[in-house]
Amino acid sequence: MPIDRAQVRHVARLARLALSPEEEDRFAAQLAHVLEYIERLQGVDVEGVEPLSFAGDAKAGLPLRADEPGPCLPREQVLSQAPEHDGEAFLVPRIIE
Amino acid sequence: MKADLLPLSGISDALAAGEVSPEALLEASLERIRALDARLRAFLRLTEAEARTAAKASSQRRKSKKPLGPLDGVPVGLKDIFCMEGVETTCGSKILRGYVPPYDATVVRKLKQAGAVIVGKLNMDEFAMGSSTENSAFGPTMNPWDLSRTPGGSSGGSAAAVAARMVAGALGTDTGGSIRQPAAMVGCAGMKPTYGRVSRFGAIAFASSLDQVGPLAQDVRGVAYLLSAIAGHDPNDQTSSPRPVPDYAATLDKSVRGLRIGVPAEYFGEGLAPEVEKAVRAGVDKLRAQGCEIREISLPNSPHAIATYYIVATAEASSNLARYDGVRYGHRAKANQLLEMYEKTRAEGFGAEVKRRIMLGTYALSAGYYDAYYLRAQKVRALIRRDFDQAFAAVDAVLSPTSPTTAFRLGEKMDDPLAMYLNDVYTVPANLAGLPGISVPAGFDSKSLPIGLQLIGKPFEEETLLRIARAAEPAAQRAPPIVEGR
Amino acid sequence: MPVSDFEPVIGLEVHAQLLTRSKIFCGCPTRFGAPPNTQVCMVCLGLPGALPALNEAAVEMAIKAGKAFGCRIAERSIWARKNYFYPDLPKGYQISQYELPICSGGAVPVPGLGSIGLTRIHLEEDAGKNIHTESGSKVDLNRSGVPLIEIVGEPELRSAEDASEYLKALRLALIYLGINDGNLEEGSFRCDANVSVRRKGEKKLGTRVELKNINSFRFVRQAIEFEIARQVEAIESGAKVVQETRLFDNEKGVTRSMRSKEEANDYRYFPEPDLPPLRVSREWIDRVAVPRLPRQVADELAAAGVSQADARTIVADPRLVEVHRRVGGDPKRAALFVVGELARAVNENEVDLDELKFDPALVREVWKLQDAGTLSSTAAKDVLAELIRSGEAPQRIVERKGLSQVSDAGALEAVVDAVIARSPGEVEKYKGGKTALLGFFVGQAMKDLKGKGNPGALNALFKKKLG
Repeated sequence: MPIDRAQVRHVARLARLALSPEEEDRFAAQLAHVLEYIERLQGVDVEGVEPLSFAGDAKAGLPLRADEPGPCLPREQVLSQAPEHDGEAFLVPRIIE
Repeated sequence: MKADLLPLSGISDALAAGEVSPEALLEASLERIRALDARLRAFLRLTEAEARTAAKASSQRRKSKKPLGPLDGVPVGLKDIFCMEGVETTCGSKILRGYVPPYDATVVRKLKQAGAVIVGKLNMDEFAMGSSTENSAFGPTMNPWDLSRTPGGSSGGSAAAVAARMVAGALGTDTGGSIRQPAAMVGCAGMKPTYGRVSRFGAIAFASSLDQVGPLAQDVRGVAYLLSAIAGHDPNDQTSSPRPVPDYAATLDKSVRGLRIGVPAEYFGEGLAPEVEKAVRAGVDKLRAQGCEIREISLPNSPHAIATYYIVATAEASSNLARYDGVRYGHRAKANQLLEMYEKTRAEGFGAEVKRRIMLGTYALSAGYYDAYYLRAQKVRALIRRDFDQAFAAVDAVLSPTSPTTAFRLGEKMDDPLAMYLNDVYTVPANLAGLPGISVPAGFDSKSLPIGLQLIGKPFEEETLLRIARAAEPAAQRAPPIVEGR
Repeated sequence: MPVSDFEPVIGLEVHAQLLTRSKIFCGCPTRFGAPPNTQVCMVCLGLPGALPALNEAAVEMAIKAGKAFGCRIAERSIWARKNYFYPDLPKGYQISQYELPICSGGAVPVPGLGSIGLTRIHLEEDAGKNIHTESGSKVDLNRSGVPLIEIVGEPELRSAEDASEYLKALRLALIYLGINDGNLEEGSFRCDANVSVRRKGEKKLGTRVELKNINSFRFVRQAIEFEIARQVEAIESGAKVVQETRLFDNEKGVTRSMRSKEEANDYRYFPEPDLPPLRVSREWIDRVAVPRLPRQVADELAAAGVSQADARTIVADPRLVEVHRRVGGDPKRAALFVVGELARAVNENEVDLDELKFDPALVREVWKLQDAGTLSSTAAKDVLAELIRSGEAPQRIVERKGLSQVSDAGALEAVVDAVIARSPGEVEKYKGGKTALLGFFVGQAMKDLKGKGNPGALNALFKKKLG
């Protein structure tokens, strides 16, 4: 299943990854190789099979959380990890619409 | 100091007998790290100050014979995937270099509550993606048995640190084999519990439906102690199970006579190194000699496991790693506008393997491909689970090699991602099916490289699994030559 | 105008914040207006290693809405991730529901329109707030993780006016249910509109355009009207309507195309692996109590004889419904009180409907006094006004202000006789046909009684005595 450069670029944009032209080529080849291997799944008979998205205990998740407000993180601590902030909010560069 | 060369349970006994103090153990640990880690590079950072405080407190408790449990005073290491409040946690990635979490992972909190002495954070493949620890942004870790080889991955640092006797035990995570495979590569025990047995809260996510936190130690009893300390329901993780946690060490020595062990034909075929097969079959004989019934079984959908895994895991990972966008924490690239910031930040912050997997996962979920890839993979996953359910009607555990080969050379598989993925062929099925699995040492090959034997058990029956593992593990544990200074 | 050859087809999507105390997946408070980034934790910040923990009350409120609108409530529903990048979305995905929502079907009763069908109702988390500045954006994540229900209406609306009525009815219903505060300005109740047009008689649906940024009822009408006209004009001039999302510019009154976000529209939905499927037992569903909806209250008032206009006034404000209920007694009389004295007090800012100073049940005390003749109707109004203002017991108000009137037949008769006796001229004129002089007599009697006579009784007595 060859995957061309345009597809690689599209996927990279969806994933917000900047790729150099060299990377685009390299990833296209490597992904194609992996996808070729994955093609074998197309031959499996999955008629009537329910997808297994949750492999955990049927009793997991209960009881649900009670609606009680709890402690928050201090803002200083939160912003201390931020690459850019103004003491109140995270700052990000402008969005070009 | 002899005690520090003992396996975890031996160290625990020595502490209980007052033969050694937590402080002395910590010193021995730090000493060995100083002696060996420049070459092994298992540790990313040490938490010496916290460890000293913990050792001192533990010492008081041990002196007054009021220990918190078998782990009180035992030096342990944590894969750098676990959030530890106030301590840099990178997940092996540049994108989190300098990131300091404001909270402890639940398992970290539990280890602290058990009195364990946390010595430092251990190296790993970036975001747990890899089978050799070569994908760490901070350089690889070496295999203590042969410095030109990898210790496996992604919990390579954890495995190397235990095997090199730098710590008595460690925590890792296992998504497709990342505890079991490195344990096999370095000759220690490593376990992935049943999905939901241990909380994932605070363990940085790779693939949410596959990730599990698990213990590594030289001996199965040590693994049992660690598992007892970290297992249990966590209201912060709604995928965790509310089932009560038994004392996993309590039934370890019970006889395994009459237990039925399934040996799947599909796991002993092409690609398996002959010496590995020989050692694993010897392990089968050892269990047979102790009264286990050995049965040939079939897990017919095994050949599809790797393909299934690399769709499901990468799809979930592509979503889990979207939060690394430079907005609130971690690396941010210089850029004048937002889109550029996102794309450059992630390009600069992520390594090649992470980018590859994000791309693959995004592709598998994207419009037009979801049904053919992700949905189909989740259906094949159900079939793989069904194979095990059917097998477990007739056997109590499934036995196989942990890895098709022993430790490979650094750089050997870096050019071919698919070749690297195929290392996981025996380990990924347990993750896909949510089953507990453990690797125990099963001898060495002609190059003196360790071989691992894997056991897979029924959901939430870790007790039985550990019992069989205990019966299979070697009586004495040889330390790698480097430990003795050779 | 060619517009009349076309039929608009409108479906509304409403996002309503739920009035839970904590967020949907973490324990942070949901209070509006806190300083930026002071109501956040590792979960709603999307910190590495954080996991969602579902809030039971959010599910309960969704069940309540589902029951109220007659939806099918799924005993098993699935959480899904909606993946996209935006600074106010910390995880890079929103936890929502996609293939198997908690509620499907149902309908919202709308005065004048019967009822408008619903497609589904599902639970999801809100994003934070992005505030645009000169140099970029400021991101406040207080709102990240607040629970939302998304209510998707069937495209059964056929005009901007109808859309506005639907929205008003839905908003009021959610307020009645106690699950949303209906605040459009603060953004706790938000609406997007899907608008298409087709030639009258045509069965096929036209191309759908999504309108965003509509934050008042007036703008709903404006935006939809503009969009209908725009689409008709496009079709009439031979162009095609492009399927897209448009923003409403409320200053210029126009809709504007957002820059093409076709890549952003690939949300790559997949089941959320961090949450097991949501299981809601039959027993839980049955247990959830559903308050009366506006239509039920309106029907009950109508059945009690309350006029349509008065019923509409009361139903429009659930606080008025509550006061009406607490007054009790004759529903029609209670309604008159609510739209009369109470409404007056509201207009003059003498009462805070959110914090009443009086016990509405005491209104019945005033009625008793009035019915017994102790209070004239004017006096009664006076007492009610004072009651509303201060909460003082009616009997005490009457005593303090000396408002009781004389109704005792004997006492009144004496006064009547005295007035007749001293007004022979007027008596003669009255007997001669000037019946309007009745007012004069009653007035005289009232003067003698210092205003405390029961006018009705006096009236009757004079009539009796004068023939």
